[in-house]
Amino acid sequence: MMQEGLDDGPDFLSEEDRGPRAVNVDLQTDATLQVDISDALSERDKVKFTVHTKSTLPNFKQNEFSVVRQHEEFIWLHDSFVENEDYAGFIIPPAPPRPDFDASREKLQKLGEGEGSMTKEEFTKMKQELEAEYLAIFKKTVAMHEVFLCRVAAHPVLRKDLNFHVFLEYNQDLSVRGKNKKEKLEDFFKNVVKSADGVIVAGVKDVDDFFEHEKTFLLEYHNRVKDASIKSDRMIRSHKSAADDINRIASTLYTLGTQDSTDVCKFFLKVSELFEKTRKIEARVAADEDLKLADLLKYYLRESQAAKDLLYRRGRALVDYENANKALDKARAKNKDVLQAETTQQVCCQKFEKISESAKQELIDFKTRRVAAFRKNLVELAELELKHAKGNLQLLQSCLAVLKGDT
Amino acid sequence: MSYCSSLHASLFPDKQLHVLQDEDTEENGDTFDMQITVSDPEKVGDGMNAYMAYKVTTKTSLNLFSRNEFSVKRRFSDFLGLHSKLASKYMHIGYIVPPAPEKSIVGMTKVKVGKEDLSSAEFVEKRRSALQRYLTRTVTHPALLKDPDVIQFLENTELPRAVSTQALSGAGILRMVNKAAEAVNKMTIKMNESDAWFEEKQQQFENLDIQLRKLHASVESLVCHRKELSVNTASFAKSAAMLGNSEDHTALSRALSQLAEVEEKIDQLHQEQAYADFYLFSELLGDYVRLIAAVKGVFDQRMKTWSKWQDAQLLLQRKREAETKLQYANKPDKLQQAKDEIKEWETKVQQGERDFEQISKNIRQEVGRFEKQRVKDFKVVIIKYLESLVHTQQQLIKYWEAFLPEAKAIA
Repeated sequence: MMQEGLDDGPDFLSEEDRGPRAVNVDLQTDATLQVDISDALSERDKVKFTVHTKSTLPNFKQNEFSVVRQHEEFIWLHDSFVENEDYAGFIIPPAPPRPDFDASREKLQKLGEGEGSMTKEEFTKMKQELEAEYLAIFKKTVAMHEVFLCRVAAHPVLRKDLNFHVFLEYNQDLSVRGKNKKEKLEDFFKNVVKSADGVIVAGVKDVDDFFEHEKTFLLEYHNRVKDASIKSDRMIRSHKSAADDINRIASTLYTLGTQDSTDVCKFFLKVSELFEKTRKIEARVAADEDLKLADLLKYYLRESQAAKDLLYRRGRALVDYENANKALDKARAKNKDVLQAETTQQVCCQKFEKISESAKQELIDFKTRRVAAFRKNLVELAELELKHAKGNLQLLQSCLAVLKGDT
Repeated sequence: MSYCSSLHASLFPDKQLHVLQDEDTEENGDTFDMQITVSDPEKVGDGMNAYMAYKVTTKTSLNLFSRNEFSVKRRFSDFLGLHSKLASKYMHIGYIVPPAPEKSIVGMTKVKVGKEDLSSAEFVEKRRSALQRYLTRTVTHPALLKDPDVIQFLENTELPRAVSTQALSGAGILRMVNKAAEAVNKMTIKMNESDAWFEEKQQQFENLDIQLRKLHASVESLVCHRKELSVNTASFAKSAAMLGNSEDHTALSRALSQLAEVEEKIDQLHQEQAYADFYLFSELLGDYVRLIAAVKGVFDQRMKTWSKWQDAQLLLQRKREAETKLQYANKPDKLQQAKDEIKEWETKVQQGERDFEQISKNIRQEVGRFEKQRVKDFKVVIIKYLESLVHTQQQLIKYWEAFLPEAKAIA
């Protein structure tokens, strides 16, 4: 079914996909705790991930074990990090996006409905295409969930989190239902309040040059990554559409070739065969661009947001600290509730300093990770583009040689 | 734009065009060379009365023409006028007259109104190219080449204005032909096809028509998506450049700027490829969809000729019956008149049969010539198109090979 040497086979967890170095983020593999998604099952409207852990840490009962988790449980874990005050000074690894097969499923359904209006070959071809697309989305969602876990496992503090260990080890259902309407509404308002507050907090100038620079940098960077992500998606969609057109052209050329009684029928058949192969390559180019470029940008969109969130929390703590200072001065002046004001001020000070300290390191690490991830993906992107262009060229040239020899 | 004009020059190269041998009579067997170019579109006049004048240049060594190289100025309606004359002269005897390019009210209005934008420039270029192909096809036909109207069109400085070209446009002619075809089909007398060749050929052209239309639609879609890809790639390039600017790691920032440059070059590449998709592939298919309509028209003319012959036979039969009746009616003047009429209709029947045989013979010849030309056209275009695809891939390899070390240099 597959052309020789053209794609990696249909099994979604081929060798290159295994391991925490999976997609975007270049992470240290650490023997003390290794996490990966060893298997995944797509059921009607949910995906079941098999989370596989290898660890030498004493916290776990065994050295190697697996559990089955669903998307909601990943979100629960992520949210528990966000809500944990102790982690306020960290860039919380962004939550993986919800598996979204809706578009793909809709296309498959439309194809089924339109079965009567196309030839059997066309139908089989389109079905294969859509199944490949479904598979690609599936692979992506597995990779994104895996990256989240690997980021947590690589973080010196988060890897020790109790919820994380429960997530990894507890082999029953965690019974974390998705948020209901009321909770979603609460979240929405929380976000509104947070953004408004974020604007106020961001307006406060920081004495620390490092953080002031980071604030400006992240704001601009985040917006530009967002734009680049949108534009790369559009570009890749056009690419896919063009590949689909070439698919149709190949089919029609084949029909023309079989119908034609003149000399030119050989041409039609040969070119049809050629286009069948080149459009598979074109589709692959679009898929690789999606993986190495679009996904990279989307990931850093989420990470830069997480970094912004960290800066917000620090900014919030700074504002609280400054307010506590003012309150202390006032209390001392009035000589009323001084002890209470002192305690509050000390708490705020400690909180602020704790966040600042870890935030600095987190932001430096973010830069290191970002540079490494971009390097890896840009190199792989260029290599794949070259591989595909060379493949295309070879097919085109050998077809041309045959056709020219024929005239 | 210069890329697509160079494509056109190569579509109908300055090579020898061979006169295809007549099956019955030997032509002088000389190979002749003739090259027609349509160029230099120039807007004449203003407002809604404005029109585009095109320069038609002929280069030839044929004796048919008084000079070896000469140019005239023609407007679109002149081309339509030429086609209508040729169609009315030759279609009914079975010659496949190449159809003129389609009229386009929207396209032309923009040009008249003076919209100096990309889409009007593209429209004029598309039309210029189509007119050139139309003339080249017309003179490739051995009979049409010798037609005085064609010679006059190419040579004469002044040409009488073609009137009411609305009806004379390609679409107008086709409508007339189609109406004739419908009329024939509606007749109760079904043609007894004594020649399986015609039935077979008609079916073949029917199938070809369906597939070519389908292919044309897919290629048009490809052109559209390729243009879209070019636009989106350019947009992404700008975005990547912005991202590179805000990236504070120097080496990564540079690499992203390089990526932006690569993508900008690639967007140009996509645009060029879209032109090739269009001018090589899509336009050829469009031309052949219209040509096949002309072929079908010619087959319908044969049916019309046949039924005229049949009608004449029927009428002759009736006249004979009438004459027989008059034999017993003792009306000597009427009898003589009847005998005269019979002679008249006998001649008509003979003529009808001759016409039918002639048109059948012509069509066989024409279809043979048409198929040879079709094979040649498609082979040439397919090869050129594949070469354009090769060029694109070679450029892509060049660009990505230049980028790869830049990406690896990120430290």
